[in-house]
Amino acid sequence: MTTLNVRRGPEFTRILGLGVARGEHLVPNDDLIEPINSSDEWIRKMTGIVTRVRADKDTSVIDLSERAARDAIAQAGIDASEVDAVILSTITYPHITPGGAPVLAERLGATPAAAYDISAACAGYSYGIGQADALVRSGAARNVLVVGAEKMSDFVDPADRSISYLLGDAAGAVVIGGSDTAGIGPTVWGSDGGGAELIRQTDSWIDVRDNGAPFPTLRQEGPSVFKWASFKMAPVALEAIEVAGLTPDDIDVFIPHQANVRIIDQMVKQIGLPERVVVAKDIVDSGNTSAASIPLATERVLRDGDAKSGDVALQIGFGAGLVYAAQVVILP
Amino acid sequence: MALSKDEVLAGLAEIVSEETDIDTAEVTLEKSFTDDLDIDSLSMMTIVTLAEEKFDVRIPDEKVKDLVTVGDAVDFIAAA
Repeated sequence: MTTLNVRRGPEFTRILGLGVARGEHLVPNDDLIEPINSSDEWIRKMTGIVTRVRADKDTSVIDLSERAARDAIAQAGIDASEVDAVILSTITYPHITPGGAPVLAERLGATPAAAYDISAACAGYSYGIGQADALVRSGAARNVLVVGAEKMSDFVDPADRSISYLLGDAAGAVVIGGSDTAGIGPTVWGSDGGGAELIRQTDSWIDVRDNGAPFPTLRQEGPSVFKWASFKMAPVALEAIEVAGLTPDDIDVFIPHQANVRIIDQMVKQIGLPERVVVAKDIVDSGNTSAASIPLATERVLRDGDAKSGDVALQIGFGAGLVYAAQVVILP
Repeated sequence: MALSKDEVLAGLAEIVSEETDIDTAEVTLEKSFTDDLDIDSLSMMTIVTLAEEKFDVRIPDEKVKDLVTVGDAVDFIAAA
């Protein structure tokens, strides 16, 4: 009987480097309120958002990704040629094919790395971390570049009161590689397609072509999403803590997807995190940047000195699908 | 065993008070969640979720818009 060789990688992985790129413009609430007949006060009360970052018209998802990725690779202390896989998580790369990841890999000089996009919306970064961890431990890749990047402003409707005013443009990137100690806990992930309509694109591309539908933009059922995220995600977060062999008392930093401050506050309550835990709220300044929001918020707590390298962070992404993923990581 | 409407009102008032800091005595059947108690759509979902847990009932998201007054919610929960 023929026996095939199999690869095995290192037992543990960790985040080796982190980089971010925020959209060039800080857009205050006042710039967006007129078409939605709202106010700065209402947006702050309902979401906690004061400004959101948005990119120049000519800045692409790949441009943002490249900026973030270069910093992540530099911090990891490796050459781009040592990246064996590039995972780009995005829902706003405006091409059905080719994917953005091969284009990004080429720009970075990471060829011939395996390169592919994943579409897991606001959970996409955490999905990517779960995949990268598995790829490295299996020996399929030495180093994996995970990028969450969005140019949400290409898909907003200024007159939409449900989600558009929340959204920002940014990219966050990390390099995942082998480690002597465990730096990434097991990923707890899943989906609930029964809620597929809660966060959605207005019309399909076929409807645009055949039925005269307007250019697609995003919508959400805000209260339903709030209920799902605030209450259904707490058990997922608790499971991520438990499977990492920890308790909420062991967590130093909580870095949830930056969807809404009201969701974040309710999650903290439902998970039962101790008061001393630092809670990332980069959303106040950066808005909701979908797949980019967790690495962005990670960079922010580190830059502000609210957290430090080696801290134990609980991260959880959740969003359109519905999809979700959580894991405990050691901050780079 | 089904709860009486008075028992549901008392329990619901506690939930509303916890979420909004409104005194439980202010939470009466005729009060509108939005107009009288100034409860926004997100706080309403929190109240609904906590009520589902407390009274072991399911309140579908699409039903929430019909719960205009505290009395509407009490009736729905008591009949569930």
